[in-house]
Amino acid sequence: MLTKRIIPCLDIKNGRTVKGVNFINLRDAGDPVELATLYSENGADELVFLDISATEEERKTLAKLVLRIAEAINIPFTVGGGIASVEDVRLLLRNGADKIAVNSSAVKNPKLISELAEAYGSQCITVAIDAKRVDGGWKVHLVGGKVATDLDLFEWAKKVEALGAGEILFTSMEHDGTKNGFANEALAELSKVVNIPVIASGGAGTIQHFRDAFQLGKADAALAASVFHFKEIEIKTLKEELRDAGIPMRL
Amino acid sequence: MNVVIIDYGAGNIQSLQFALKRLGVEAVLSGNANVIRAADKVLFPGVGAAGSAMDKLRVTGLDKVIPSLTQPVLGICLGMQLLCAASEEGNTQGLGVFSEKVVRFPPTVKVPQVGWNTIHSLKGPLFESIAENEFMYLVHSYYVPPCKAAVALTEYGVTYAAAIEKNNFYGVQFHPEKSAQTGAQLLDNFLKL
Repeated sequence: MLTKRIIPCLDIKNGRTVKGVNFINLRDAGDPVELATLYSENGADELVFLDISATEEERKTLAKLVLRIAEAINIPFTVGGGIASVEDVRLLLRNGADKIAVNSSAVKNPKLISELAEAYGSQCITVAIDAKRVDGGWKVHLVGGKVATDLDLFEWAKKVEALGAGEILFTSMEHDGTKNGFANEALAELSKVVNIPVIASGGAGTIQHFRDAFQLGKADAALAASVFHFKEIEIKTLKEELRDAGIPMRL
Repeated sequence: MNVVIIDYGAGNIQSLQFALKRLGVEAVLSGNANVIRAADKVLFPGVGAAGSAMDKLRVTGLDKVIPSLTQPVLGICLGMQLLCAASEEGNTQGLGVFSEKVVRFPPTVKVPQVGWNTIHSLKGPLFESIAENEFMYLVHSYYVPPCKAAVALTEYGVTYAAAIEKNNFYGVQFHPEKSAQTGAQLLDNFLKL
């Protein structure tokens, strides 16, 4: 039986993890490879690396980092952040990334999704969507949520599926960072309107929140950062409790 | 041991090379027929679309080379599918080592399947020391139906072949290079054939 996935997310800047992590058993908490290895050993199903480097110079270190990650871990990983062209993707996949995530660049140029799907297959193209509720509807936002658009979340989701996206990573901006739970209603609606996997992101604070994302939100995977980085939730405990609640888990 | 990963411009070969390195094997990437023929073991990876992958194999002449190989050959993911007779994906002719036809998942499930699934009904040397219902990582939209060549089965909307075997040819739908310790065991088993 296909299991639901638990995905720790690491923010990367200039080749280092940022936002801080709290692991006493790491020699260097800023080294993404060391943290990735630890998560993979602790039972993470997949990892996401989000590059938040602002300058082109900083971004150049990303491809090298991807190669080091691929060498060290034996579970799949996705790389996202600032990817804008087929050439960007080629380099990351060639260095060992399994999937890439596009966000703002896909909104600005939707054709990019079909070009990428054609060149590398839908299975490695994740479209990340940041959205928040505006006047009762969910609107897509760009640049880490700073820029509002007129795009409706569900219409955009249907469109990216039609263009060849293999997966949707949906972050609810009003839930992100709150630790009050995922946007379960919007997640469930997304799963209804598209027939590709949906990853829930934003709001994880407790084990119950993950359970709700899967059972109420019908998510295929759940992504979180700080609850893992600060050891508020152990991946193994989380997966055991979810399994005991009847959610298929790899243990 | 001389291990060659077929390099034809399709697939995440870097990860496969690293996975073999973790097992102590420095695999060579090559699209050269002579290098491939001289190998002790051949790995045939692939991701992306069947049609464009077959085009690349035809252009390089590897479509003739691969079916004629006599050493153990392991097709991974799309590599396994290309070893079959044909694929519904773009109505593509395959290499025909296996007589099966690759078909698309029904619309009752989300496509592609992405994630970890259990495999069962394990048979043969590839699954030595691997327990029933272990987890493997899969990402795919098309599958090989259950058949005589099947040496592992799994379920996603339908029951299908997670692995196939015929003479010196092996195929796995999952990604052993991404399937943690269980995947490493399978690659190790293949290297020991």
